[in-house]
Amino acid sequence: MIRFDNVSKVYPKQTRPALRDVSLEVEKGEFVFLVGSSGSGKSTFLRLVLREERCSHGQVHVLGKDLARLSNWKVPQMRRQLGTVFQDFRLLPNKTVAENVAFAQEVIGKSRGEIRKSVPQVLDLVGLGGKEDRMPGELSGGEQQRVAIARAFVNRPKLLIADEPTGNLDPQTSVGIMKLLDRINRTGTTVIMATHDQNIVDQMRKRVIELEKGRLVRDQARGVYGYQH
Amino acid sequence: MRAQFVLSEIRVGLRRNLTMTFAVVVSVALSLALFGGSLLMSDQVSTMKGYWYDKVNVSIFLCNKSDATSDPNCAKGAVTEDQRKQILADLKKMPVVEQVLYESQDQAYKHYKQQFGNSPLASSLTPDQMQESYRIKLKDPEKYQVIASAFNGRDGVQSVQDQKGILDNLFTLLGYLNWAARGVMAVMLIVAMLLIVNTVRVSAFSRRRETGIMRLVGASGFYIQAPFIMEAAVAGLIGGTLACSFLVIVQYFVIDHGVALSQKLQLINFVGWDAVAAKLPLILATSFLFPALAAFFALRKYLKV
Repeated sequence: MIRFDNVSKVYPKQTRPALRDVSLEVEKGEFVFLVGSSGSGKSTFLRLVLREERCSHGQVHVLGKDLARLSNWKVPQMRRQLGTVFQDFRLLPNKTVAENVAFAQEVIGKSRGEIRKSVPQVLDLVGLGGKEDRMPGELSGGEQQRVAIARAFVNRPKLLIADEPTGNLDPQTSVGIMKLLDRINRTGTTVIMATHDQNIVDQMRKRVIELEKGRLVRDQARGVYGYQH
Repeated sequence: MRAQFVLSEIRVGLRRNLTMTFAVVVSVALSLALFGGSLLMSDQVSTMKGYWYDKVNVSIFLCNKSDATSDPNCAKGAVTEDQRKQILADLKKMPVVEQVLYESQDQAYKHYKQQFGNSPLASSLTPDQMQESYRIKLKDPEKYQVIASAFNGRDGVQSVQDQKGILDNLFTLLGYLNWAARGVMAVMLIVAMLLIVNTVRVSAFSRRRETGIMRLVGASGFYIQAPFIMEAAVAGLIGGTLACSFLVIVQYFVIDHGVALSQKLQLINFVGWDAVAAKLPLILATSFLFPALAAFFALRKYLKV
């Protein structure tokens, strides 16, 4: 699903690399936490997977494709197989819940019939059935994040990338979101989640990848947030 | 791609930047109206120059039968065969003459028809009424006087005309006007371009949320850019339509009717509707292609795809 071979990333005008010689592999269907302090390289890691950036050294393979060799015009096609969720939800404030989810299908040219079918389905899945016509501003943070997850999942991606999805939510709401992500993971979708939330990582007992100053310092199946002593 | 989605994006975009859209429309309309006007002015000048203008410097018109009764210069009757030959022989002997061309009555009639084909004056004319002429190219165009003094008043010669003398000033003036129009046009086009670039920058910024999401869910670059490009193209097309309307209105109310210059100045053969119509597709095509291109290049800078 994802393979990093000796990947380094140096941003222009910066001497310290954001990622240093990272090698790892994520298999299909896995649930992976990406942990590390701010500036440890988590975001860079995710940006490389999304091909928002290209790596400086090494090779990044996503969904079996070498991203360095993927031409620009094929990138959208690749991204259609990825779903993304962010800390700040990134919803369109002037569109309803259903329209926000439908937007992800409209812009890749899905037919109206298809959209009418899949939007209520995915809203049910995330637990927002009946709130189709609400505006994002009327929803709680947790509900907004559910809309974002619905939008990320509506095109049935093979890989879901979540960048601190619970960063703006209270612990109880976060648990709900994690349950949802877990459910999505159980449908066979690979999930990578960058997070700072120690409780969540400790509770879920999934694979944990820890970055520190751009280096991979830990890769542990069924791990916890901090080192186990 | 769903057309309806793109169309609604364009409508929203144009409305959001209404003042900017208005500025783009006006500057495109103004520059293209000048563009069309300048093209038509060139047409007008070449129509007025007629067949001989750029080819010769001096014309010697010979008397015909009707001149013999009406023109004092031709009191001795129409030009004879001998006189004609003598004039040609004398012309060829003159060192200032580079080339002599002869225009018969029939040819003169034909050229006249070409130039004034659709004027009321031309329809009443017959080849008989035309004059034969010698059309002379001089080695030095300034030496017109040499020919004039040699042939003016000679039997069979009705008049000697310095071809350029009459219209040169007018054409020079029109030429300057034409360049001025093109200059203003160029400036207006640059203004239009800057406005479009700025409009695109503003709307790319105000829609960065949408475009960001589009990018993440895998909308193609073209799909993301299309609304911006179409927005510019639509604004440009509105401007182009205005420019076309302006030309049509000028042709209708100033040349044909209303002020009706074509009636008041019958000696000038104004360019017709065919010439105007020929410019319209060009103006319309430019009006949406140019802004679309400007938007496209602006997007490369301001919109990450």
